[in-house]
Amino acid sequence: MSETSDDRIINELSNKEYEAGFVTDIETDVFEIGLNEDIIRRISEKKNEPEFMLEFRLKAFEKWKTMTEPNWANLKYEKPDFQSISYYAAPKNAAKYNSLDEVDPDLIKTFEKLGIPLEEQKILSGVAVDVVMDSVSVHTTFKKTLEEKGIIFCSISEAIQKHSDLVQKYMASVVPVGDNFYAALNSAVFTDGSFAYIPKGVRCPVELSTYFRINQANTGQFERTLIIADEGSYVSYLEGCTAPSRDENQLHAAVVEIITLKDAEVKYSTVQNWYPGDKNGKGGVYNFVTKRGICKGDNSKISWTQVETGSAVTWKYPSTILKGDNSVGEFYSVAVTNNYQQADTGTKMIHLGRNTRSTIISKGISLGHSNNSYRGLVKIAPKANNARNYSQCDSLLMGDKCGAHTFPYIESENATAIVEHEATTSKVSEDQIFYCNQRGLSTEDAVSLIVNGFAKEVLNKLPMEFAMEAQKLLSLTLENSVG
Amino acid sequence: MAKTLISIKNLKASIEGKKILKGINLEIKEGEVHAIMGPNGSGKSTLASVLAGREIYEVTNGSVTFQGKDMLSMSPEERSREGMFLAFQYPVEIPGVSITNFMKAAVEQHREHKGLEQLTPSEFLKMMQEKKDLVEIEAKLANRAVNTGFSGGEKKKNEVFQMAMLEPKFAVLDETDSGLDIDALRIVANGVNKLKNKENAFLVITHYQRLLDYIVPDVVHVLYNGKIVKTGGKELALELEEKGYDWIKKEND
Repeated sequence: MSETSDDRIINELSNKEYEAGFVTDIETDVFEIGLNEDIIRRISEKKNEPEFMLEFRLKAFEKWKTMTEPNWANLKYEKPDFQSISYYAAPKNAAKYNSLDEVDPDLIKTFEKLGIPLEEQKILSGVAVDVVMDSVSVHTTFKKTLEEKGIIFCSISEAIQKHSDLVQKYMASVVPVGDNFYAALNSAVFTDGSFAYIPKGVRCPVELSTYFRINQANTGQFERTLIIADEGSYVSYLEGCTAPSRDENQLHAAVVEIITLKDAEVKYSTVQNWYPGDKNGKGGVYNFVTKRGICKGDNSKISWTQVETGSAVTWKYPSTILKGDNSVGEFYSVAVTNNYQQADTGTKMIHLGRNTRSTIISKGISLGHSNNSYRGLVKIAPKANNARNYSQCDSLLMGDKCGAHTFPYIESENATAIVEHEATTSKVSEDQIFYCNQRGLSTEDAVSLIVNGFAKEVLNKLPMEFAMEAQKLLSLTLENSVG
Repeated sequence: MAKTLISIKNLKASIEGKKILKGINLEIKEGEVHAIMGPNGSGKSTLASVLAGREIYEVTNGSVTFQGKDMLSMSPEERSREGMFLAFQYPVEIPGVSITNFMKAAVEQHREHKGLEQLTPSEFLKMMQEKKDLVEIEAKLANRAVNTGFSGGEKKKNEVFQMAMLEPKFAVLDETDSGLDIDALRIVANGVNKLKNKENAFLVITHYQRLLDYIVPDVVHVLYNGKIVKTGGKELALELEEKGYDWIKKEND
């Protein structure tokens, strides 16, 4: 029998090259490879950190040395050699700028290639952007508008210096330094990241946005993000990423912590598009991220939305601890894997308080030879009366060489809890594509339409401008590939 | 005299080496409605699929000329944009994709192909409303995902609605009457009758004569064993209804 259109789509999808693959040539100050106490002291020194931070790092490093990399995930990859990575790279001219004109023109060009010109973004969307490029923040916008409301949005380095009380109080309060192997590593060596504090009763008027970009060969990125929403406050936080094409595997081990106090709400959205490796599975980013929030106060809410299309290996479980009574946790995820990409992602909802509610909607899309796993834990503690969870995990497959797996764990210790789990697996069928073809759509448009339709429930949860970007990204992931 | 819209000559096609169409000859002019009847397994649906460009069928011989162009060399989407429409016997479900979005994407492709300016969102929605009224389908249908959870009748109505939206020159209705109750059948047939004009043509594939009470054909063909074995006027359909297909089989086996 001749090649079916299913086969053709898959073959052609596999030929899709990574579009954002380019390197910016900016002079950087890079540490020699390797990790030891001296390196950690030097990072802390470089960053002019107070004593407590150095102690924090050293404690984490001691812990990390006793730990081993987790291997329970449904992932196969060569373990990184942590002694062959450089743990610090900062642009040499990393001064703070007052206007875009002062910024290295090459850097601006990088953003332009990515389609995120800062200036335009400032004007058009009103998004304050704190750009992390190779670990050091080089640009912060809209700071003044935020300052007027008492909102703090800055690099974590700056926060460590200027708001050490908040940092000392909350950092590692959700993800303890010894939480897991990668979190411990991050705690020891993180070089930068973002910090946000929304004061009591303040509704943040803009979407806080950070664009991450890995740019230095062999430089692991260890961002640290801390978001604190004080009583009755609200913030929507966007995190978006791309990385240049590389042959070496790049390690990324971020830690994100969110704290919501009474009646506060944080909406955290991610679009992740790091280099996934080439079509033979060579190269690509290792994305080992610990993201966790705690609904500390009553009636508070944390909502995670993620669109994951990049990275060679993804190990990521944005989780919420529902401590306050009536608190709400949400997790909406679209994960696309193509070629030889592997993703093991999901969430944990830990119900501690009474009347706590959580919703999990996970959409996995697998193409090529990729493997896509959902792993989730819903835990209802003995005191969590009337806790309620609804989970829905849908998988969409294209072709017969990829895999979709679902690992839902439910631990309920309270008889009044209601936990529901639904799962479906479907295939983009030749019939669906032909049906679209017959109405005048190319196969590429058909696949894009079907995939976007499949992911719609999650895409709808993203803030407007981000949703457009995510939709474009989904189509790009499938595009240039078919027809 | 009306122009020939589509001309099928000695068309032969097979699937996985099995010969299904064994030399079809058919000419349809603008403004005509042709019906193809025949017993199960005679190749009716294969003919519809081959005309639409379904890849699993291999065309081994013959030609199809549509508005002067070689249709067999076109991709399925090109055939659609050129004005060929297939109302499917079993319309497939596309979860998550609303009919509105689906039709918007399709209409955009068709307009681009014809070099027409794209419709504004309000023009498009107005068009949707007009066509919904024309084919008498419920307004809420358009907000639902394509065919998802539709009843058999709703699926067929949706096919006729899409046909109204895309305004094809040549439409093939593949057993559109199957699984329809009498009310749905009348709505579907009325839709087709309203869309019919002097410049387009329809090929109605059906097993039963019933649909032809509502959509009156100019020409009726009988397909048997991959060939058109009999051609006549609308009275041929009545004859088949009365006598069944056995006499056709006897004549040709």
